[in-house]
Amino acid sequence: MSVKYDEVSVGDVLPAQTYIARRVDLVKYAGASGDFNPIHWSQRVAESVGLPGVIAHGMYTMAQAGKLVSSWAGDPGAVVEFGVRFSAMVPVPDDDSGASIEVTGTVKEKLGDNKVAVDIVATSGGAKVLSRSRAVVRLP
Amino acid sequence: MPDAHRAPRDPLSVTALALNTDYVGRVFGPGEPYEVSRVKIAEFANAIGEESELCRSASAARAAGYPDVIAPPTFAIVISMASAGVAQSDPGLGLDYSMVVHGEESFSHERPLHAGDVVVATTTIESIRAVRALTMLVTSTSIDTVSGEHVCTAKSTLVQRGK
Repeated sequence: MSVKYDEVSVGDVLPAQTYIARRVDLVKYAGASGDFNPIHWSQRVAESVGLPGVIAHGMYTMAQAGKLVSSWAGDPGAVVEFGVRFSAMVPVPDDDSGASIEVTGTVKEKLGDNKVAVDIVATSGGAKVLSRSRAVVRLP
Repeated sequence: MPDAHRAPRDPLSVTALALNTDYVGRVFGPGEPYEVSRVKIAEFANAIGEESELCRSASAARAAGYPDVIAPPTFAIVISMASAGVAQSDPGLGLDYSMVVHGEESFSHERPLHAGDVVVATTTIESIRAVRALTMLVTSTSIDTVSGEHVCTAKSTLVQRGK
């Protein structure tokens, strides 16, 4: 799937997606990213520093939001700028279903040079987990 | 919440920073060159569930106009975190990593990273400021090829809870 710059209008909504974060996903992400902070895999350590339990890497959640935009654009290389604020933690239970992260996006602005600005919202368990999140995407 | 509804700000909290503000402006790196590989890109894409062929097939990536498989946009964290980590773990800075959460992150790409890129990362401590009981540390990491081409800037805000 890919969209064309000329076919995009301000206000267009990107198809919403639900992504899953299970403990195994955090372990894989830790290995792939090099972020081995134990709050992302050890219940004991997470609780000892006052967290409700193991929480997802913020960057894992950001990466899920990135997929919403890159799949819409049809090209992960189309994402030129990408910034997020981590506004709530994503607790990940030690079960088979994990936490679900719902991501939506809206085209906010058409910029020059075939670029569009997309505002992104991600929620998990009813809490907004990414706020002030925006991607600038270059479309064909 | 409007400021008027917040608890009165303790004047000391504005100045009693947990981190050493002498570090603002300090530059760390460039570190050792990092070679972006197809295998690492595929591993990262698998870990985040990015299914694009452009992250796995060199021929698909070339057909799309790239020199080789491309990294997903947040892959740059692999490189920037290692560089920023050198700054953040400097004992003189005083960061208590066990009390840190990630506040904000942004990437600004000149182009996607691709397999075969050999890059170096340089991190600057941009700011240290107190927001009530929190201390915010902002770092900016420039990722450039060894031949001097700027590829990406990654900006991270870490939030230290307590003090």
